[in-house]
Amino acid sequence: MSAAGSTTALVVGAGIGGITAALDIANSGFPVVLVEREPSIGGHMAQLSETFPTLDCSQCIMTPRTVEVGHHDLVRLHTYSEIESVRRSDSGGFVVGIRRRAAYVDGDKCTGCGVCQEKCPFKVESAFERGIGPRKVIYTLSPQAVPNKPVLDAEHCRYLQSKWDMQAGRSPSVDKNGQPVSPKCGACAKFCPTGALNWDQQDTLVEEEVGAVILATGYDLLPASRLPEYGGGELKDVVDGLAFERLLAASGPTAGKVLRPSDGAVPKHVVFVQCSGSRDPERGVPYCSKICCLYVAKQAMLYKHRVPDGEASVFYIDVRAGGKGYEEFVTRAQEEHHVRYLRGKVSRIYAEDGRLIVKGVDTLSHRAVEVQADLVVLATAIVPRVSTPGVAGLFGVAADENSFLVSGDEEMAPVESGAEGVFLAGAALGPKDIPETVAQASGAAAKVLSLFLRRRMAETTAPAGEGMRAA
Amino acid sequence: MTQAARAYSYFPGCTLATTAVDYDLSGRAVAAALGLELNEVPDWNCCGATFPLSAENVMSFIAPARVLIAAERSGHDLATLCAVCFHVLKRSDAYLRAHSEAAERLNAFVTEGDYTGQTRVRHLLGVVRDDVGWEAVKQRVAAPLTGLAAAPYYGCLLLRPQEEMEFDQAERPRVLQDLLRVLGATPVEFPRQAECCGSTLVVSAPDANRRLSTAVVDSARRAGAAMIVTACPLCKYNLDQAQAGRPSPEQLPVAYFTQVMAAAFGMLQVAGPAFAVEAAT
Amino acid sequence: MRVVLDPLALHGAFIREIEAISEQNLLACNQCGRCSAGCPLVEEMDLLPNQIIRLAQLGLDTVVDSTTPWMCAACLMCEARCPKGVDLPRIMDALRQIALRRGESRVVAGDVDPALLAGAPQMAIVGALRRGEK
Repeated sequence: MSAAGSTTALVVGAGIGGITAALDIANSGFPVVLVEREPSIGGHMAQLSETFPTLDCSQCIMTPRTVEVGHHDLVRLHTYSEIESVRRSDSGGFVVGIRRRAAYVDGDKCTGCGVCQEKCPFKVESAFERGIGPRKVIYTLSPQAVPNKPVLDAEHCRYLQSKWDMQAGRSPSVDKNGQPVSPKCGACAKFCPTGALNWDQQDTLVEEEVGAVILATGYDLLPASRLPEYGGGELKDVVDGLAFERLLAASGPTAGKVLRPSDGAVPKHVVFVQCSGSRDPERGVPYCSKICCLYVAKQAMLYKHRVPDGEASVFYIDVRAGGKGYEEFVTRAQEEHHVRYLRGKVSRIYAEDGRLIVKGVDTLSHRAVEVQADLVVLATAIVPRVSTPGVAGLFGVAADENSFLVSGDEEMAPVESGAEGVFLAGAALGPKDIPETVAQASGAAAKVLSLFLRRRMAETTAPAGEGMRAA
Repeated sequence: MTQAARAYSYFPGCTLATTAVDYDLSGRAVAAALGLELNEVPDWNCCGATFPLSAENVMSFIAPARVLIAAERSGHDLATLCAVCFHVLKRSDAYLRAHSEAAERLNAFVTEGDYTGQTRVRHLLGVVRDDVGWEAVKQRVAAPLTGLAAAPYYGCLLLRPQEEMEFDQAERPRVLQDLLRVLGATPVEFPRQAECCGSTLVVSAPDANRRLSTAVVDSARRAGAAMIVTACPLCKYNLDQAQAGRPSPEQLPVAYFTQVMAAAFGMLQVAGPAFAVEAAT
Repeated sequence: MRVVLDPLALHGAFIREIEAISEQNLLACNQCGRCSAGCPLVEEMDLLPNQIIRLAQLGLDTVVDSTTPWMCAACLMCEARCPKGVDLPRIMDALRQIALRRGESRVVAGDVDPALLAGAPQMAIVGALRRGEK
């Protein structure tokens, strides 16, 4: 391996954890390859409205970092990309194969003006908006996306699909009304002022030599459809925590107005259901998802800010508020904002006569209760991303029975993986809030820097001709 | 898929032999129409009517075990229509298979043979769905029940516990809805489709029982149902009784799923009063 | 009234009896309350289902006098939704057994409404008697 490769870091995942680690390393003078699966960086923090316990605007505190990392001289950013292959190099590092997916947009020509997105006539469901709103077929995740270059979703692009059908001699695909898909779109290319659309773009495979890796692949939420007794995945007005964030977010589909997905009305009673799938060895995940007690208190408070005459009720089993300022935060929600806390796990949620009926209990007053809600927010369990165990396995890192990554020593060295040169950070290890994620990311970065410094010292003190020793 | 008759050991149970004989007759008729051979278990006894929930009661497994032993001799799956019998037999079978010491003690008391856990316990609705298939059912539909808004009422014992009953998804059951659609009817979703009718509280706490059954009926009516379809004689009794004081036009007829099938198959003689009224108009 | 919790009761005969009959570990219940939230008969019960377990966990055998096990329809909804897999119907049945051992029958054959004897599915009567008769 080249000297440069041995002190280049790879960071997998560009959420706030990956971004922080990349900046710590790059700002110490070492190059970083940062790989992100989504079209732009920022992870789930980019979806949030405000963060707890400060109620800072999430975009506002994150954008300085995303911009810095996106423009950093020492950071090579591969977005819309995945790790495809990994092999060890001779000197303890890795040679990593990265697939950059075809976006059908020439990044050098694109200025990020957004006209293509505006003119695209077709909308599809947006994973980023969590069912609250759609996106266009050619899209960026948000107005502040870094990089601010759109990607084209070929699977839903009529122009590309019909072009490929014709090339392959297939009869044209039909749309949901049974009509042949029109090849006459291409609106994005027509309106692009710089001719940046490239219909023939292919995936590209890039090889990077790196000396250390940080896995920061983050989390996902248990799909609400795993909770049919709550109407999850079926009732439009039963949403998960990230979906409610999109309702709250000023840059979201409703411009920050809390509206019911079903009819756009302002909900006058929102019920939050904690432990939706967590602490449930029988039918969900056995562990506690750690952050929900705080984000529910946050969301309930923000809802009360926006709809002062609305009611917010929270069904909980325990309130877990161990972080700095967390207990005080929850107390504020209860005492100052009159968020009503009811102790008991909800049995069932169903729709009747246009309202959502929540069958719950308040064990503290020994009463079975029924609440009629306009909107229900399920605090669904935090789970690892589906791709995480596979990517980790490429680097020799194991996942546990819940698919979270396993540290070499969970107590004394949580950011070390046990595999040489591979470090871990953030929610890929287990449910975690932003301060902990950032701290672990900096911890992992420090480990990488330590490794690189030792390698550099060994290099400079070794007699000429001797190979580098892996630290 | 051959048309050869599939054979099953059939357990009617006490109730179907007497107060719910209409369920038995319609069940046998539609089974025959679908090419299912139902061989009644010889010398059968009551299944026990409740699944023994307390561990010490090995003796109370004797009743269901005798039925299982008799069915085992036939070599066929054991099919039943009564949801309570299905529940008791299926869970007793699972319990005895999991607790071999209990099975051994029990075998010491039963003279007719040994329980060895070879028989699969089925409900006839599951047999129709899984062994016959909806396509074959559709082919027997002579008079599609177009325009019939029917609320599928599952009750409790058919579905729960899901892993033991092996019948349908307990939280989102589909089999009755699918059957109704195949018969040309319109299934009506309503919130109480799997909530209790009151069960044996009809004896020990009749007011509570009435409250529960009334809630089920009212929920189905509010959702727009013109009929309630069930697979349990006790549910039918409770739901009928809850409405007994109401004027006729306000009552929702309650039919067994086999009667609904019979009506769609054109076998009105076993389809029961709910469809006789329709035939008359 | 303040209950003096007897540490011996926490390992005592009453808890052992319930756990033996029901084959359930009472301590598996963390009192989330979901059973009570979904129970259709709570309106007629003097104690919520989760309260029954709590009192049993503390070894307080006055729980045997509660009307709750007798208002239970054994609909099995509680067990279906319990996140810890506690089989509450079996615990209710154990309490019924213990109550019958200590006291009188709750359902007496001679007192069954004749209208029921005439028209109700016999499984309802047999079931009620098996559950409530000494």
